[in-house]
Amino acid sequence: MSTDQNNIINEVTNSEYKYGFVTDIEMDQAPMGLSEDTVRFISAKKNEPEFMLEFRLKAYRKWLEMEEPTWAHLHHPPINYQDIIFYAAPKAKKELASLDEVDPQLIETFNKLGISLEEQKKLSGVAVDAVIDSVSVKTTFTETLSKYGIIFCSFSEAVQNHPDLVKKYMGSVVPYSDNYFATLNSAVFSDGSFCFIPKGVRCPIELSTYFRINAANTGQFERTLIVAEEGAYVSYMEGCTAPQRDENQLHAAIVEIVALQDAEVKYSTVQNWYPGNKKGEGGIYNFVTKRGICKGSNSKISWTQVETGSAITWKYPSVILLGDNSVGEFYSVAVTNNYQQADTGSKMIHLGKNTKSTIISKGISAGFSNNSYRGLVKISKNATNSRNYSQCDSLLMGDKCGAHTWPYIRTENSSSIVEHEATTSKISEDQLFYCQQRGISTESAIGLIVNGYAKEVLNKLPMEFAVEAQKLLSISLEGSVG
Amino acid sequence: MLLSIKNLHASINGKEILKGVNLEVNKGEVHAIMGPNGTGKSTLASVIAGRDVFEVTEGTVLYKGKNLLALPVEARASEGIFLGFQYPVEIPGVSMNNFMRTAVNEQRKYKGLDPLPSGEFLRLMEEKKKMVEITAKLANRSVNEGFSGGEKKKNEIFQMAMLEPTLSILDETDSGLDIDALRIVANGVNKLRSPENATVVITHYQRLLDYIVPDFVHVLFEGKIVKSGGKELALELEEKGYEWIKDAVI
Repeated sequence: MSTDQNNIINEVTNSEYKYGFVTDIEMDQAPMGLSEDTVRFISAKKNEPEFMLEFRLKAYRKWLEMEEPTWAHLHHPPINYQDIIFYAAPKAKKELASLDEVDPQLIETFNKLGISLEEQKKLSGVAVDAVIDSVSVKTTFTETLSKYGIIFCSFSEAVQNHPDLVKKYMGSVVPYSDNYFATLNSAVFSDGSFCFIPKGVRCPIELSTYFRINAANTGQFERTLIVAEEGAYVSYMEGCTAPQRDENQLHAAIVEIVALQDAEVKYSTVQNWYPGNKKGEGGIYNFVTKRGICKGSNSKISWTQVETGSAITWKYPSVILLGDNSVGEFYSVAVTNNYQQADTGSKMIHLGKNTKSTIISKGISAGFSNNSYRGLVKISKNATNSRNYSQCDSLLMGDKCGAHTWPYIRTENSSSIVEHEATTSKISEDQLFYCQQRGISTESAIGLIVNGYAKEVLNKLPMEFAVEAQKLLSISLEGSVG
Repeated sequence: MLLSIKNLHASINGKEILKGVNLEVNKGEVHAIMGPNGTGKSTLASVIAGRDVFEVTEGTVLYKGKNLLALPVEARASEGIFLGFQYPVEIPGVSMNNFMRTAVNEQRKYKGLDPLPSGEFLRLMEEKKKMVEITAKLANRSVNEGFSGGEKKKNEIFQMAMLEPTLSILDETDSGLDIDALRIVANGVNKLRSPENATVVITHYQRLLDYIVPDFVHVLFEGKIVKSGGKELALELEEKGYEWIKDAVI
C-alpha cells in the first residue's frame, strides 16, 4: 500500500491531466453540423446495410421533434449541435490482420494511453478492442474467443458480419425514441463494441474497450451491445481517457445489455474523461444511456462504476428485471471536483417475481462541484416478493461543494420490501490532522479516507481496475482540502 | 535539551490563548502540566503538534535543536512527536491495521528506511496490542469507530507504542476513564518510558500522577506557566485548589 501511495504523491505533485495530448493523424471528417445528409454520410462511410440506415433515419427524424431534458440538476451553456463534427475516422488500411499493418502513429497513441496490444496484454489475458475516435482499428483475440463461439468485435463489424444478431437485439433495451440523447446516438452512433456469448458459455477472459476522442469538436457517439444467451457469463470492462481540450465535447453513448435465462453480465467502468480545468472551463459532457434487461429467469446484471471525469455527467445505468428471480446491481463511486457536475444514479425496474436489486452509490464532492444522485426503484404489481436495498452516501470535502439526492420509490404490491439508507458526511479537519499527527501526509490521508469510504464499491471491481481506480480517486481529489 | 519553549504566544481567531509560555523538557523526563479549564493546556499541545488553526505570534520552540515551528505536522510527527488526543476522532472505513501500517511506513520513509515487511508489521502489532492489553477485535475495526471513551484512550497509547515517539504529549489522557482503564493506560505509558524519550502529561487531576509519576509539575494559568515544582506540587494543588494559584500569582 505504501509504495502505491508514494506513487500517488509523485503523480499528485506533477499533476497535469496526464492523458492530455493529441494524435496528429489525418481525419476523415463529416462536414460540421447535423442534417439528414450527415446521417447518410455516416452510414455510407460505414457501408451499412439498408436496415441500419433506416434505423438511423427514423431516429434522426424523431430527434428533430424532441427537446433536451432540463429536469437534471445540471447547468451548462446550450449545446450547438450544428457546431459539432459527427463523424471522424483515422485514415488507415481497411484490413488489419496484425499490428504491423496498423498506422504507427496510432500504435504510439495506444502506447501513450498505456494500451499495449503486444504479448504483454495477451499474457494477462485481456482482449482489447481499441477504438480511435469513431472507428475500430484493431480487434485482438478474435480467433481465441471464436473457439468458444464468442463474438467480440466492433459494433461496425457486427453490423457487417452479424446483421441478424444486431437486428434482433439493437434497440430492444434502449428504443430509438427513449430519450433525447439516446435518439441522437441512434441517428449518428459511430462505433463501439459488440459482444455475444452463446448458450452455456462462460467467457474465460475479462473483455475491455478503450476510447479516445481525438479531433476537435468531434462528438463521441459510442454504441455497445452485449448479449449473453442462456447460462452464459461475461465480465466486461470499459475505461476511457480523452485529451485536454478547451471546447466542450459532447459524448452521448448507449450501452445495451441483454441477459437471457440463467445468464450473468458484469459491466465495470472506470471513467476519467477530461473534467475541465480548475476554473471549470472545457471538459467532456457525458450524456449516457446504459440499460440492461434481465430477460430470462435467474439472470443477473451488475453495473460497477468509478466516475471521476467529465465536466457534466448524466448517466443512470439501469436494469429491467423482467425474468423471475432475476438480480440487478449497481455499485458506484462518483467524484466531482472543481466545477464538475454530476446527476447520476440507477433505475431498477422490477417486473418479474422474486426479483432483487441492490444500489450502492457513493458520491464524493469537492471544490465547487455538485454531485446528485437520482434513482428510481419501481416495483410493479406482478413483481411479488421482490426486494431492493439502496444505500446512497455523500462525502463532502470542503464547504463550497454540494451533494443532493432524488430517490424515487414506486411500489405497486405489498409483498415486496424496499429499503433505503442515506448518509452525508465530510472529511473533517480533525480527521486530517489526526492522520498528519501520525506522520501521514495530507495526500495519503485523503487517499486513505476516501478509499475507506469507497471500499464497498471498489471491492466489486475486477482486479485490473481496482488499483487504477484507487489511484484515480486520490488523484482526482488532489488540492481539494486546504 | 529535547524541547525548549521560550515566550510562546499563540492565538486562535485573533484571540490570544498562550501569553508567553516557557518550558524546558529533557530526555528521560516526565512533565505534568496542570491548570484550570480554558487556560491553554490543549492549545499548548496543539501548537507543539502543529495544528495550523492556531497562529504563533511570538516566541520560539526548539526541538532537538531545530526550529519546530518551521516544520509541517507530518514532519514533526516523523521527528518523533506524538500527541495523545483528548478527543480522538473517528475515521470510518479505514481499518486500524491499514492506518497504522501507513503511519509506520511513512515515518520510516521520512527517515530513509524501507517500508516494514508485512510479517514484521503484524508481529509488531501483536506485541504492542499485548502491551496495552488491547483485544484483537479493536485493531480490525475502523479507527476509533464505535469505540468507547476508554477504548479510544487505550488506542492512543497503542499508537504511541507502535510509533515509539521521542516526545509524547498526552492531552487529558485520563478523562473519561474508569479505574481499570486508567491503570492500563498508565501502565502502557510507564512501559514506554526510557532515558531516550520524554513525556508531557496534561491533566486536571492529581490521580493520574499517582500512576505516572512526574519529575516536574507545572501550572498553566491564563496562558502562562506560573509555577513549577516537583511532584509534591500536584498534591499541594489537589489540596488547595486552583484558587490558591490565582491568589499567589496576582
